[in-house]
Amino acid sequence: MKLAKISLAAAVFMLPASIASAGDVVPPDEVMYEDFTVEASLSGASGNPDNGAEIFKNRKLGNCLACHINSAMQEELFHGTVGPSLDDVGSRWEPAQLRAIVADAKEMFGEQTVMPGFYSLSVGVNVAEDRVGKTILRAQQVEDVVAYLATLKE
Amino acid sequence: MNRKLAAIGAGAVLACALALPAALAEPVEETLSIDGVEMTTRTKAAEGLPFDDVLSGWLFREAETRALEADSFENPGMLYVERGEEIWNTVEGAAGKSCASCHDDAAESMAGVAAHYPTWDADSERPINIELQIDKCRVEQMGLEPYKFDAGEQKALTTFIKHQSLGEPVELDLGEGQMQSWWEHGKERYYLRTGQLNLACASCHEANSGQHIRADHLSQGQANGFPTYRLKQANMVSLHNRFRGCIRDTRAEFPDAFSDELMALEVYVTWRGTGLSVETPAVRQ
Ligand code: HEC
Ligand code: HEC
Repeated sequence: MKLAKISLAAAVFMLPASIASAGDVVPPDEVMYEDFTVEASLSGASGNPDNGAEIFKNRKLGNCLACHINSAMQEELFHGTVGPSLDDVGSRWEPAQLRAIVADAKEMFGEQTVMPGFYSLSVGVNVAEDRVGKTILRAQQVEDVVAYLATLKE
Repeated sequence: MNRKLAAIGAGAVLACALALPAALAEPVEETLSIDGVEMTTRTKAAEGLPFDDVLSGWLFREAETRALEADSFENPGMLYVERGEEIWNTVEGAAGKSCASCHDDAAESMAGVAAHYPTWDADSERPINIELQIDKCRVEQMGLEPYKFDAGEQKALTTFIKHQSLGEPVELDLGEGQMQSWWEHGKERYYLRTGQLNLACASCHEANSGQHIRADHLSQGQANGFPTYRLKQANMVSLHNRFRGCIRDTRAEFPDAFSDELMALEVYVTWRGTGLSVETPAVRQ
């Protein structure tokens, strides 16, 4: 409940123009993975691709460039090669699939993947004290990233 | 699936010429000799490892960094070797002794020794590394306190002693005492996923060695160059400091230096580099 309020506040703060009717936030352990998709928005609201781009490159948030090349962000130095290039990823996957990948890549690619679950509480042992019980991204931040990924089409 | 995707990733690096430090994901094919001594930077992996070859971290570094390590006049780590030699010869403590009082000339008494550490310490019934062996001598022979972890003197003396094994292949005796069970414990720890990012040592240094993680070129995470001189910090970095840094990067709490957990990891990680030359002081970016 507290989480919902925070995310809602963030959503309103970050998206002044869009979505007035933000719905309920889905807690991380209640996300419904079906056939490698998550259909419903995690925040109840739609995502903002511009915010998503910021979250994507921010080292403290998505830090997606640590592992992925994204040619749409040429101005950012150093793109990692641990994961596949995300060029054209919006043509390869539907938003509902992208949501599943970002929320918990292990649901999509299996336990052995090294991609962290950005909206998942099934994490490693000895989690740093200030991170215990928290997800890497909040529900609305995942939605924003998904909205951004959907724009990556060639 | 994994492989195919990875291949797509690598193709894209080449195709779009991004500002990567090196477009090639592979370690260099070069040889390293230091002071006329040929280093083994690539050798057949010990049985049980998922690699054909084990590779020194040197092969993954940029040309300038590699050149610094290859030239012992330029290698800033050599200043710490010199500092270590001074400490070796300095009388300190109630017993009025220096390291040299018992061990004479380190060039002889310590030649090749550190290539076989960690080793079994029957007194404490646990593996002992060079740092802990130094502390043991300080406490039992010299009437001194152990060093504080990562004290400048601890790093300098450890660097000096390991440097006496320059070029010597790493080889542990797992048959001694309980070394084998510490090795097993270390192996479990190596594959244990930690932290909010849910990554194990193996996630980066086994599954993705050769890849870039942002600006860093992932090596196999070998221990043979430690303590290493890190240009970014302009200082020596001890092995347990490096372990703690890597664990912290998974967003996990990290264990104490010389704890059972990190000693087990040191035994196992050192073993993974069996056959590689000791390169202390290696140079890193
Ligand atoms: C620590 C490494 C790592 C980080 C950080 C990471 N990923 Fe990934 N990602 C991977 C790997 C590895 C794969 C390939 C899946 C597999 O087979 O394990 C992948 C796959 C993907 C895919 C599917 C790509 C395709 O073409 O099929 C998407 C989309 C994706 N990641 C998005 C993201 C986003 C968005 C972020 C940041 C919010 C992110 N990743 C952060 C490692 C990472
Ligand atoms: C998120 C990725 C990541 C994880 C997980 C990780 N490391 Fe590292 N590690 C790095 C990077 C990046 C470097 C610096 C570049 C290199 O040498 O690979 C490094 C360097 C090292 C080095 C120094 C190698 C050299 O030649 O200088 C050692 C040793 C090491 N890691 C051991 C470990 C151990 C043991 C673990 C698990 C407890 C671990 N690492 C987990 C990313 C990681």
